[in-house]
Amino acid sequence: MTVSEPEAPPGQAVAGVRPRRCGTRGRNQAALIFLLPFGALFAVFFLLPIGYAIDESFYQVKRSGLGFGTPERVFSGIGNYLAVFRDDTFVDGLGRLLAFGVVQVPVMLGVALVLALLLDSQSARFARFFRLVYFLPYAVPGVIAAIVWSFLYTKEISPLAFLGIDFLADGVVLWSIGNIVTWTWTGFNMLVVYAALQAIPRDLYEAASLDGAGAWRIAWSVKIPLVRPSLILTGVFSIIGTLQLFNEPTVLSGVTTAVSKSYTPLMWSVQVALDNNDYGQGSAIAIVLAIVAGGLSAVFLRLSTWLTTRGVRR
Amino acid sequence: MRATIRSQVLTTAVLCVVAAYVLLPLWWLVVSATKSGADLFDTPALWFGSVDIGGNLDRLMSQDNGLYPRWLLNTLVYAGGGALGATLLAAMAGYGLAKYPFRGRGAVFAVIMGAVLIPTPLLTLPLYLLLSKVGLLNSMWGMLLPCMVSPFGVFLARAYAQAAVPDDLLEAGRIDGAGELRIFFTVAVRLMAPALVTLFLFQAVAIWNNFFLPMMVLNDQSLWPITLGLAKWNGIRTGFLRDAVVMGSLISVIPVILAFVALQRFWKADLAAGSVKL
Repeated sequence: MTVSEPEAPPGQAVAGVRPRRCGTRGRNQAALIFLLPFGALFAVFFLLPIGYAIDESFYQVKRSGLGFGTPERVFSGIGNYLAVFRDDTFVDGLGRLLAFGVVQVPVMLGVALVLALLLDSQSARFARFFRLVYFLPYAVPGVIAAIVWSFLYTKEISPLAFLGIDFLADGVVLWSIGNIVTWTWTGFNMLVVYAALQAIPRDLYEAASLDGAGAWRIAWSVKIPLVRPSLILTGVFSIIGTLQLFNEPTVLSGVTTAVSKSYTPLMWSVQVALDNNDYGQGSAIAIVLAIVAGGLSAVFLRLSTWLTTRGVRR
Repeated sequence: MRATIRSQVLTTAVLCVVAAYVLLPLWWLVVSATKSGADLFDTPALWFGSVDIGGNLDRLMSQDNGLYPRWLLNTLVYAGGGALGATLLAAMAGYGLAKYPFRGRGAVFAVIMGAVLIPTPLLTLPLYLLLSKVGLLNSMWGMLLPCMVSPFGVFLARAYAQAAVPDDLLEAGRIDGAGELRIFFTVAVRLMAPALVTLFLFQAVAIWNNFFLPMMVLNDQSLWPITLGLAKWNGIRTGFLRDAVVMGSLISVIPVILAFVALQRFWKADLAAGSVKL
């Protein structure tokens, strides 16, 4: 949104020339004062760690004499990075996340979109109540949600036992994790889309229905295209969220052997760095993961703009 | 456009099914928190057994010499203090970026926006290494200070400052002789207040949700937030701790839900404003 600046009346502008110039300098200093507190913490707790991780990722700790000698920090070039890809643990973990993301993200965003459209439609009763209910899980921290679901997954005390599914079994547990994530985040995504829907001017619908469009047609051809930006936004955040999957599998690793300590790449990087004391390798994993996250987000953004412009041209 | 009865019934049915799915774990949590450990196994999972709230509370509060109340307090300090700091810093930075056309402004904003896209947990590992070097591990500050950095908060605050704080008003303040900081704290902050409430709330939840950072930074049990503590107790999984974990989870969830319900009118309006601008 751009607001054009109102032009000053001529007389005032002339009178204000000198003081304004002095003022601008003082104001540049003021800008510094406003940005400094955030900037300082941002540099120390954001930029510095990134730099440190990059530096660290090029070094290896070598221990001479059967590992009992003094550890020595040796430059190893891209050795740590090669090791990341050579190890099946990373590829397995990433594969798991891909399978997870390809299924869980579309399901979650699809349900969120449908719910938002339903709540926005004329047919919805008690919309306020439902909106609040769907948003409740957002107030529950991921770890607590995972703990509660871990109880619901435990055969002996679960109300879901009648389904006869072992939610913590080897091939199933990934989808059990997907369920926890879906439960936690659908309502939040629904609300973002819903807010965008509410911002659409109502006369657009009237115009469309005068043109003979029914509720379905309006949803498909008017509403969905107009909320596309918020769908893209939730999509990017979901992709990033998927790649940093950590809380839920970590909690479940305490209750089932189907989830190892290196189940996701982020869990693996912690295991490598802390349990094995290999900071270089751990940093390399984290950096590769950040690059993958950035790359995937960029591709997704490109893809959605491409689809959008193609839609416009057609 | 009038909705037909049929579509109303159908819509409501779908909404109810989803609501049941959302409420199931929460209902289970409420019911289970009233049961003694043995009843968790012996009574129907979704209905009350013999009610033993007092006993569960007692056990929860006294377990490990009263660690849980301590965790509750820590969580309040981390989420409340961290979010307060983050909101203030983000409001100042966002306002500065929106209202002062200094050189390099675009570049500064681009760096902050780039930071939004970097998954913070990935930063936590190097942060841990760094904090261990400067000796901030295992201290409240090691947890609090990183939580005060919210690039997304700066982004939001900038958008709101652009939309809600008119330049004319700032100019009027300057003509009256007020300093830049005074103008910010007396005029701008008030105009941005609804947005700042949203920012505070969402940052508090983000800190509250952050499990990775305290896990790395805090070794000392007495410094843990609730999430970390309960996760560790849950991992132990003895019958005795199970009822404490359930009760502890319930208690931890209530204040946040209440905060959201109470502050609904603020964050809902702002979510709409934010989504238009994004």
